[in-house]
Amino acid sequence: MTEEILSVVGLKKHFVVGHTRWPRRTPITVKAVDGVSFSVHEGETLGLVGESGSGKSTVAYTTVGMYRPTSGRLTFNGRELFADNGGRPQQLRKEIQIVFQDPGSSLNPRHTIREILSMPLRVHQKGKNRVEQIVRLLSHVEMPPEFMYRYPHTLSGGEKQIVGVARALASDPKLVILDEPTSALDVSVQAKTINLLLRLQREMHLSYLFITHDLSLMRNVASRVAIMYLGRICEVAETAEFFSNPLHPYTQMLLSSIPVISAAEEELKPRKVISAGEIPSPVNIPSGCSFHTRCPFVMEVCRRVDPVMVEGAPGHQVRCHLFRRSHDVESRN
Amino acid sequence: MSEIEVTARRIRELERAFRRENLGRSWYKFSRNPLSVVGLVLVVTVILLAVFAPYVTPFPKHAGAFTDFRHAKTPPGVMYLFGTDQIGRDILTRIVFGLRSSLLMAVLVLAIVVPPGVFLGLLAGYFRGTWVDVVIMRVTDIFLAVPPLILALAVASVLQPNLWNGMLAVSLMWWPWYTRLVYGLSSQLRNEYFVAAAEVNGVSLWHVLFREILPNTVSSVLTKMSLDVAWVIIIGSMLSFVGLGVQPPEPSLGSMVADGARYLPDQWWIAVFPSLAIVVVVMGFNLLGDGIRDMFASEQV
Amino acid sequence: MTEATLLDVRNLSVHFSVYGGVLKVLDGMALSVRRGEKVGLVGETGCGKTTTMKAILRVLPATARTPDGEIVFLGRDILTLGPRDLSQIRGPGISMIFQDPTAALNPVFTVGEQLEAVIAHSASAAGQALPRREAYQRAVTSLQEVALADPQRLLKSYPVQLSGGMRQRVSIGMALATGPNLLIADEPGTSLDVTIQDQILRLIQSLVNEKHTSVILITHTLGVVRELTDRVYVMYAGSVVETARTPKLFAQPSHPYTQGLLKTVPRLTGGGIASGIPGRIPDYLHPPSGCRFHPRCPHAMDICKIQKPSFSKIDDEHEVACFLYSEKGKDRREP
Repeated sequence: MTEEILSVVGLKKHFVVGHTRWPRRTPITVKAVDGVSFSVHEGETLGLVGESGSGKSTVAYTTVGMYRPTSGRLTFNGRELFADNGGRPQQLRKEIQIVFQDPGSSLNPRHTIREILSMPLRVHQKGKNRVEQIVRLLSHVEMPPEFMYRYPHTLSGGEKQIVGVARALASDPKLVILDEPTSALDVSVQAKTINLLLRLQREMHLSYLFITHDLSLMRNVASRVAIMYLGRICEVAETAEFFSNPLHPYTQMLLSSIPVISAAEEELKPRKVISAGEIPSPVNIPSGCSFHTRCPFVMEVCRRVDPVMVEGAPGHQVRCHLFRRSHDVESRN
Repeated sequence: MSEIEVTARRIRELERAFRRENLGRSWYKFSRNPLSVVGLVLVVTVILLAVFAPYVTPFPKHAGAFTDFRHAKTPPGVMYLFGTDQIGRDILTRIVFGLRSSLLMAVLVLAIVVPPGVFLGLLAGYFRGTWVDVVIMRVTDIFLAVPPLILALAVASVLQPNLWNGMLAVSLMWWPWYTRLVYGLSSQLRNEYFVAAAEVNGVSLWHVLFREILPNTVSSVLTKMSLDVAWVIIIGSMLSFVGLGVQPPEPSLGSMVADGARYLPDQWWIAVFPSLAIVVVVMGFNLLGDGIRDMFASEQV
Repeated sequence: MTEATLLDVRNLSVHFSVYGGVLKVLDGMALSVRRGEKVGLVGETGCGKTTTMKAILRVLPATARTPDGEIVFLGRDILTLGPRDLSQIRGPGISMIFQDPTAALNPVFTVGEQLEAVIAHSASAAGQALPRREAYQRAVTSLQEVALADPQRLLKSYPVQLSGGMRQRVSIGMALATGPNLLIADEPGTSLDVTIQDQILRLIQSLVNEKHTSVILITHTLGVVRELTDRVYVMYAGSVVETARTPKLFAQPSHPYTQGLLKTVPRLTGGGIASGIPGRIPDYLHPPSGCRFHPRCPHAMDICKIQKPSFSKIDDEHEVACFLYSEKGKDRREP
C-alpha cells in the first residue's frame, strides 16, 4: 500500500451568505461541505464525482488553500495544512497545486504565456534564466516554445488548459488537484489532454485529485472514485468495483442517466433510475439522509436519521440505510 | 543546454515579430471607424501646435503683454487669419497659446489624479466588503456628492487665482471618478481564477493588485482619460471664463470667449473662433476615446 | 430530397471579414431535415455548426459577408427573404433553444412577460390579433407542457429565481409556444447537471414526438446524438464529412474523422483513453487545400490535397465525403 500523502478528516466548509430579516437575523448558511473525509495516496488518482451543489469544487479550493475550513483537519505528508492563523508556508504551497476548470478565465488575458509561467517560477524557484526554464516547462507539456509570446486569446481551449497544467507543474508539486480540467473541451482535445496528464503523472510521480462530473471519463482515469452529494461523500470504492457494483441509489441514478455510445456500455449501466425533482439547494439541506427527497428506495428512517459510512462490500464504502455493518446487501428491491 | 539557449534567442526574435503583429491588430481595430482616425489626427495636430506654439504661430509676441490699437478689432483677413481682438492681438496666435495652457492643465491634472485614484480603487475593490472598502468608498462618495464645478470654484477662489491653483481645484474633484471606475472593475476581477492562481502560489498583495488586476483595467482607464482631457479643458475654460484660473495677459480659451462675448455680433470673430477651438479639441479627444475603446475590445467571430 | 422536406441547406458558404483577411468558415455546407425528423449535427468547437444555425435564422454578426448558397425552408429561400417574411419564419416556422438558458432569458423581465411577448409576436406575424387573456392562457399551457409545476406563480417570477433546469424548461416552452415546424436545439442541457440534462432531453424527445416537430440537435456529445436522433450529420471545418441514419453511423463509422472522434470518447466499460486526433482545427484564414481534414488524416492520399471530395454513397442514406470511398480510392480502403 503506497504512502498516504493527503489526509482529510471531517472537513466542513460553511459560508454565511446573508441573514434573515429583523428581528431574528439568523445567519443563512450554505453548507457547501459538511463532513468529508478521504485520503490520497502517492501516485494514485482519486476521482471525485458530483453534480452542482455537491461541494466537490469547495473541497478542491480548501485543499489548495483558497478557503480556510470551518472545521476539520487536513494534513499533507504529516504536516498540518492549516496550522494556526498564518498563511500556508511557501514550502507547502509548492507541493499542492491546482488546475482550474475554465480555461477562459484561468489565464490573465493581459499576460503573455511567458508572464503567466514566470509567476510560479519567480515565487518558488531561484535561477536567472527564466526564458530557458519556461522553454523547458513548455517542452514538458508538448507545447512549442513559440507559444511563450502569445496571448491567451490566440490559443484554443485545449492549449489554454495545457498552459494551466504547465503553470501548476512549474513549482514541481507532489499533489495536483484537477478541477474539471477537460469539461470545457471537445472530446478529441480532451483525449490529448488526459493522455498528457497521465504521462506527466508517470514521469513526475504525481498524485492527482481528479474532479469531474463525467463518469465515463472517470472510469478511465481514476484508481479510486468517491461520489459526493450536497456536501457529503456517499460512496467510495476502487474504480472497477465502483462501476460494476454501484451501491448507493444516487450513484445508480447518475450512472443510469449518462448517454453512452455503444450497446456494451448500455449493458453495464444499472437499471434505469429515473431522476425526479430538482437538486435541493445547499442552503436548505433535507433532514436525515440528504438524498431522501429524490431517492426511489426511500424508507421512513431515511427521513429522520443521517446514515453513516459503512462497508457495503469489501473495500467498498457507502453511506446509506440500505446497508448494515456487514457484507450482505439486504432489502434492495 | 546550448540547444535551449539557441531556442531562447529565437524566442526573443519572435517576440519582436509578435509585438509588431499586435500593433498591426490594434491599429486595425482602432481604424475600423474612420471617425476615430479623424479624432487621432485632430488630437495629434492640436498637440503639435501646442508644443511648437512659439515657432508655428505668426505673432508669438501677441501671447504676452502686447497692444496694437491701430489694428484692434480687425476682421479675419490675410494677415490676421482669425482677426484681432479689442487690443489688436492676433486671435489665431492666442488660440494656439490658449490650447497650450489648456492641454498642459489637462495633462497635469490627469497626472496628479489618475495614480492615486486608480490605486485607491484597486485597493477598495480587492478588499470589498471590509473596512478598507468602506473607508475608501465613503470618502469617495463625499467628494462626489459636492457639485464639481462649485467645489472647483470654491477652491480656486480661496486660493490665489492662477493656472496652478486652477489645476489643484479641478484635481480635487476629479480623482473620485477613477476610484469608482476601478473599484467596480477590481471587485469583479479579484474573483477571477487567474487571481486565485497567483494567490495560491503565495504572491504578494502588490503583485495581485498591480500585475494581475491593474492590467485588466487599463483599457477602461485609458478610454476615460482621453475623454477626460476634453472635460478638463472645458472645466478649465469655465474657470477662466469666470476669472479664475489663468490670468491675463496669458491667453486662455475661456477668457477669450468671455472677453469676446461683449463684442457680439459685430466683431463676432473675437468670441466665435475660440469657441470653435474648444469644440474641435473636445470633439477630437472624444473621437479618439471611442477609438481607444474599440482598440481594446476583444475580437469576436 | 422531395418527400416532405422541411429544410434544405444547399452549398452554403459563409465568410467573415477580420484582421488579416477573410475567415472562410463554412464551405459548401449542406443538410436537410424532413417533417417530424430528428436530425443531429455533430462537430467540435469551431467546426461551424453555430454559424450554420445563425445563417439559417439570419442572425449572423456584422462581420459576416453575404452568404452564398441556398437555405430552402418550406419552399422558399430564406437567404432572399425580407424582414417581414423573416419575422414569419422566426418563431412560427423555426424556433431555437440555446445552450445556456441563463443567457437566453432576459433577467429584468418576468417569465410571463417574456413568454407572452413571444406568443403575441408570433401571432401578429401570422396576422392574428391576440387578446392579452388569450396570450396569458397560452403561456400557462406552454409551462404545463414542459412539466413545470405551478405555472401561474412561475409566470410572475424572474429568471434569476429559477434553477438552471427550470430555466431550460422555460426556454423550451418559449421555443415551442409558437408552434414551430422546426426546432433547433443548440447543446441543450450541456450547462446542466447530468441528471437534469437527462430529464431535459427526455422532455424534448416527448414533446417533439407529440407535436410532430422536426428537430436539429446540435451537440458535440456523441452519446446524446445516439439516444435522441434519427439521422446524423458529422461536421468538420465548415462542411459535412459524413451522414447516416444514427444506428448505422455508430455501427459503421466511415469517415476517418468520424472514426477518430468515436475512438476518443471515453467508454464506461473502461479501456483507457485513445490518443486523440493529431493536429488542430484548421486556420480558417488559410484553410488547407482540397479536403480540409487531410493534414490530420491517417489515410491521406495525394488527391486529398488537391481536390475537395464530393459525397460517395455507401448505403441507403449513408454518405461520406472522402476519396477512400470514391472510385479513385477503392484500392486504398481497409476491409
